[in-house]
Amino acid sequence: MVRQVKQKPMNWIEKLYIFEAFRGLYVTLKHALRGVFRYETLPTVPYPEQKPEINHAYRAKHRLMLRPDGSPRCVACQMCATACPAKCIYIEASTSADGRIEKSIQRFDIDHLVCVFCGLCVEACPVDAIRMDTRETSYVHRDRQSFITSMEELMDWDPKDYPEDDFQSQVAPGGKRNKEALDSWGLKVN
Amino acid sequence: MKVLAPNGEKLNLMPLNVGPSHGATHGCLRYFCALDGESIVATATEIGYLHRGFEKMAEQGTWQQVIPYTDRLNYCSAMMNNIAYCRAVESAYEIEITERNKVIRVIVNELSRMADHSICVAAAAQDLGSTTGFFYLFDSREMMMVIWEKLTGARLTNSYARIGGLYRDTYHGFEDDVLEVCKQAEKNLKDIHAVFDRNRIFLDRTVGVGKISKERAIDWGWTGPCLRATGVASDLRKDEAYYDYETYDWSVVTGSTGDVYDRLMVRLVEMEESIKIVRQALKRLKPGPIDIVDPRIRVPAHDLTYQDMESLIGRFKSVYEGVRVPKGEFYSGSEVANGELGFTLISDGTGKPWRIKVRPPCLTQFAAFQELVEGSMLADSVATLSSLNIIAGELDR
Repeated sequence: MVRQVKQKPMNWIEKLYIFEAFRGLYVTLKHALRGVFRYETLPTVPYPEQKPEINHAYRAKHRLMLRPDGSPRCVACQMCATACPAKCIYIEASTSADGRIEKSIQRFDIDHLVCVFCGLCVEACPVDAIRMDTRETSYVHRDRQSFITSMEELMDWDPKDYPEDDFQSQVAPGGKRNKEALDSWGLKVN
Repeated sequence: MKVLAPNGEKLNLMPLNVGPSHGATHGCLRYFCALDGESIVATATEIGYLHRGFEKMAEQGTWQQVIPYTDRLNYCSAMMNNIAYCRAVESAYEIEITERNKVIRVIVNELSRMADHSICVAAAAQDLGSTTGFFYLFDSREMMMVIWEKLTGARLTNSYARIGGLYRDTYHGFEDDVLEVCKQAEKNLKDIHAVFDRNRIFLDRTVGVGKISKERAIDWGWTGPCLRATGVASDLRKDEAYYDYETYDWSVVTGSTGDVYDRLMVRLVEMEESIKIVRQALKRLKPGPIDIVDPRIRVPAHDLTYQDMESLIGRFKSVYEGVRVPKGEFYSGSEVANGELGFTLISDGTGKPWRIKVRPPCLTQFAAFQELVEGSMLADSVATLSSLNIIAGELDR
């Protein structure tokens, strides 16, 4: 099926311009009056006074998830650093204090000037240790060094800011099925 | 600038540089005109100001890591590039994606097409001096951007498609949002038609300007709306149908003369067709899996990874080594907003692409720019350029 756009030559009314201009003016006037009488229906946002709402699904600044005892969930497997197309994650591993877990992180830096916010690190993580749901989208620092976000900064977040059914969360270790498995092995789960 | 014409005539021309950063060039490109009064006698185009080395960068990482780069090709409809790239890799594997994935990809494709056409026509309106038209079209585009924000987590560089799957499933309320966008887009189209269609200023600036014949357009390798505007009913969605496009009820939109007016109107009418496809696709959107189950192609789902050792290993191998695309050379062209976006993939069987060559749709259109504008007025060249929808990110790669 083919639908052809026809070109019509202008008739004499259209050649006079003024009548067609009024038809256009009618449309623009309608929109202008909408701004006066129904201001709340306008699609624009008066920015600095009213901030647009950003939801948790938005890929913003990263955060590192924590275990119940407050240590980072990260096991330093380098998956995020490998998956990153911009190579902005730097990880240094150390031995974990917990006997059940082999490694933990000593250093975890994300350079937010290099990051392209593609979300591949979140997708790659095998233990759901990194998420990008802080809703922080504006970064203002005075020098480049400050854009390199350290582990402490990434772990510094308030659980109250995050809903339970987090959109970016995967079914994390310690989830229902995992708990059953670990219970059957006689292991304690937090 | 004194110039000796080939017939021995001495011409006194004025050289004029338009671009690289000029409001009408939409990005970074340059054309150098030799003007006689206000009409263009000769012009030379230059590209490469936005060259980021996409093809070389793609060779540095794994096949999956190319996806964020494809966002930056045509940044007005980033997801269509993601999908086109993933389709190319999937065609190398010769795998079928799941039914739900297909439908979501069709919806996303068509909404992106609408967004891209909105930008093209809006920017053309802006260049022709109508800021009003610009904002009417951006109204529905903004609603699409909000959908992208919820669906993919980013507004512009979405990185939504994955090889053999999608980044994530749709959110709750996605269907209603899409329907609302369709409604709003129809309203905006009505407004834009009322303002532009029979307005004499618009017609005088566009009708008969930047004309190209069918044969010349095909010679230059044109595709997409620009070729269709010359009257050739060529659309990859019909000709080499993919994602079940042939089963939807829609028609290919063609123009008749191939001037600026036709190119812009074809885009506006194509938006109507896209709305039709989206409405039909929403009816087909049934619950189901979105990722294919094959750890060699698509990483195993997270909840499997936490329970199952094999999936965890599959996950590590997929990220560390990349998907191993079969050895050989593959080409796959998809119909994106501007025309045929082709990916030539050369794989040596390892996890990294050996070579990726992109066939950007607007390169061929910009190549013919010289032919379109020579002999016309300088102001017409601005109208011609914006009707071609040159996206510098895609042009220079």
